[in-house]
Amino acid sequence: MIALQTAVRRIAAPLRRVGNLLVSVGLTFLGLTCVTFVIGRVIPIDPVLAIVGDKASNATYERVRLQLGLDQPLLVQYWHYLVKVLHGEFGTSVMTAHPVLNDLLSVFPATLELALPALLIGVLGGIPLGVYAAVHRGRWQDQVIRFLSLLGYSMPVFWLGLIGLLLFYADLGWVGGPGRVDVGFDDIVPTVTGLITVDSLISGDTDVFWNALGHLLLPASILGYLSLAYVARMTRSFMLAQLKQEYILATLAKGLSPFRVVWVHALGNVWVPLVTVIALTFGSLLEGAVLTETVFAWPGLGLYLKNSLFAADLNAVIGGTMLVGVVYIVLNMLSDLVYTLVDPRAGEQQ
Amino acid sequence: MANLTRRQALAGAAAVPLALQAPAALAATPKDTLVIAKQIDDIITMDPGECYELSGVEILTNVYDRLLRYEAEDLTKMVGGVANLPSVSADGKTFTFKLRPNLKFHSGAPVTAEDCAFSLQRVVLLDKTPAFLITQLGWTKANVKDLIKATAPDTLQFTITEGFAPSMVMNLMTSIIGSIVEKKVAMAHAKDGDLGNIWLKTNSAASGAFKLVSWKANEEVTLQASPGFRMGAPIMKRVVVRHVPEPATQRLMVEKGDADVARDLTADQIKAIRGDKNLRIDDFAGANTWYLAMNMSDERLKNDKVRTALKMLIDYDGMVNSFLKGQFFVQESFLPVGFFGAIKYAPFKLDVAKAKALLAEAGYPNGFSIKLAARNSSPGTEMAQSIQQTMGQAGVKVEIITADQKTILGNYRGRKNEMTLVSWGPDYFDPHTNADTFAHNSDDGDNAASKPLAWRNHWFIPEISAETAAAAKELDSAKRQAMYADLQKKVTLQGPFAIMFQNVSEVVFRKNVTGFKLGLTEDMNFYRTAKKA
Repeated sequence: MIALQTAVRRIAAPLRRVGNLLVSVGLTFLGLTCVTFVIGRVIPIDPVLAIVGDKASNATYERVRLQLGLDQPLLVQYWHYLVKVLHGEFGTSVMTAHPVLNDLLSVFPATLELALPALLIGVLGGIPLGVYAAVHRGRWQDQVIRFLSLLGYSMPVFWLGLIGLLLFYADLGWVGGPGRVDVGFDDIVPTVTGLITVDSLISGDTDVFWNALGHLLLPASILGYLSLAYVARMTRSFMLAQLKQEYILATLAKGLSPFRVVWVHALGNVWVPLVTVIALTFGSLLEGAVLTETVFAWPGLGLYLKNSLFAADLNAVIGGTMLVGVVYIVLNMLSDLVYTLVDPRAGEQQ
Repeated sequence: MANLTRRQALAGAAAVPLALQAPAALAATPKDTLVIAKQIDDIITMDPGECYELSGVEILTNVYDRLLRYEAEDLTKMVGGVANLPSVSADGKTFTFKLRPNLKFHSGAPVTAEDCAFSLQRVVLLDKTPAFLITQLGWTKANVKDLIKATAPDTLQFTITEGFAPSMVMNLMTSIIGSIVEKKVAMAHAKDGDLGNIWLKTNSAASGAFKLVSWKANEEVTLQASPGFRMGAPIMKRVVVRHVPEPATQRLMVEKGDADVARDLTADQIKAIRGDKNLRIDDFAGANTWYLAMNMSDERLKNDKVRTALKMLIDYDGMVNSFLKGQFFVQESFLPVGFFGAIKYAPFKLDVAKAKALLAEAGYPNGFSIKLAARNSSPGTEMAQSIQQTMGQAGVKVEIITADQKTILGNYRGRKNEMTLVSWGPDYFDPHTNADTFAHNSDDGDNAASKPLAWRNHWFIPEISAETAAAAKELDSAKRQAMYADLQKKVTLQGPFAIMFQNVSEVVFRKNVTGFKLGLTEDMNFYRTAKKA
């Protein structure tokens, strides 16, 4: 009997967790639709004007207004909208004349292709630099790293992108220019993942691969530097807190090598907050870096969202926002999972 | 990896740029491809029955042939397009067009009068933004099939119910609505009675110089030369119009040779690249008019003397000689220079003393405070600041309200602004397009059937409106010209508009690119004559 109860409890606990998760995801979605919808309706841009332009006749203007259902009360409009979204219909974008879902499937991989190497640079560079700075607190190594992260933090990415282009593309010719590939390399490889570098490797077209990589290098490095600055700064401050702890002194007194104490014991204890920082960094990269995408004419999610906002293309705005919401929810779930891996206590608490 | 020495690592790092340099060298644009860097995020459709955005109209000018045209070879002369110039009945209401023989769509099918009739009817039936251009001729959903007909496989005939000068009707046929769509292809993709609209948003059924290969929104438009085009195959095999939102990036691309043409450089950037031996800067007169609108529902602006004073408080010459240099010239008339009937006109100059005297006569010796809505982007912001400064000299305190274009237009259409600083571009190459909006308002009510610019500023002008209508109908060309000269003066002197500038497009080319033609309107921007040495 007791065994049965234990078994039930064992099954029930994860089920409850899944249930909780689903409810929280559902509520988050509902909140998201509500907020984006309201924002879309209260901004002073006229969505009808976005479609018909300034010169359409009154009759055309009125017809489109009715078509969009803008004559109905706001609550009714929201209800109609919600019903559609629940049926998986995000509508058609005014801006691109394509279903919003198709648009997102084409712009998101472009952003992902930028975000992945940027995150890699951020994590692989930022964590060691942060640890190193913390260990050498106050010395010149620390000052240099702090200065570099401060620079990454405070320099406008827009400016950095242009200077990067000027130097590495226009002057030195080391990297490709704006856009994802050169004009001659457009539409050569079939789309499988949407990441041109990956797709070109799948189809074995190395010319396209190198060209795409050349275009990717600069924007990814710039975004990578910004992430690195943030990750290094945060790692440094987490590590400083750890290195003050008494157990550090104790382990050193016991004769453990300082290298092991810092990189295994101290760093081991900051993984939980670090995972949060990394997840947040990845999230902000996946949102689409509007300014970077603008400077590099990179057709990603950030540019798509910006354009749809300015065009009052509500379907696209809401679809894009939902995607960003999904990204954050997924990243949250993933980081929860990683917590339990790096710190078993986190799993027990849940 | 563990065995990698410091020297090896450094050598590896140095090799990365070298490895990337090889493909980068291939980057210069292919010889048979013209790459244009341009802001094209205004495009929302490729259907000529729906398209009304400037970039879209330009692309479609090159994809769809039109009933009549102004051709790249002589942008001032109307000639036949798909059809020869029409014969017009004695009453000026029935137009008969003979099609040119042996014309083919990109699909290979012959261009017939049935396609032409369908294309014109389609604009009215679809009732999208450009419909207003031809519904003014008296065509409605109910009568359009009777009034536009193919009377023989090579003969199109249509009848208008409103009286208009034949030249105006013919000019309309050179605009976007004169685009000839292949009926069979459009109808094969029609859904729910949309006459193929959804499919044509991203595809083409055309007979112009280029085929539309693809339009990727906010990314690029790719066109491919149509070898069978009636004027001969275009010189460039492919044209790629890349969306490059940031002008500074456009500049780098054209400097580097990754773009052959850069379309949106700012005055400062143009100045900086003058002297670059690989580049050439060409000026093309545009037809955009920048003006300051004064809403006459405001008691102060209703006063003729106040409006005249404000027109004297703008530093027209100062602006075109400083921050607008090279990109605008002074033209204080609602018709752009180059249009039929346009007069070069500049009666107002900055004259603070005279303006002050007029304000005093009007009862405002100490000026007043007023709001000016202006775009939050260049050059609207700079113009607004200049106006604020010069008006301030006569005690008129201008509060600038900046917002994005759509917000400003929304309020302007709703007659909510006190003063508005905006631009206007003509819809087709005939003076009536601008006269009908600047010099026409015969019903100032909130529910008026048409709401032209004069209406937006509460300028109720039944008499001038009648003159505008008469000018549109006048058959005698010399008389018509004189009527427009008179209308332009009346609007500039009496109207609620301080008309200031006409634009000039400064386009940057790689030196080896020639023959690229830009006309006064997007209906005259041609890619087919461009070539690369």
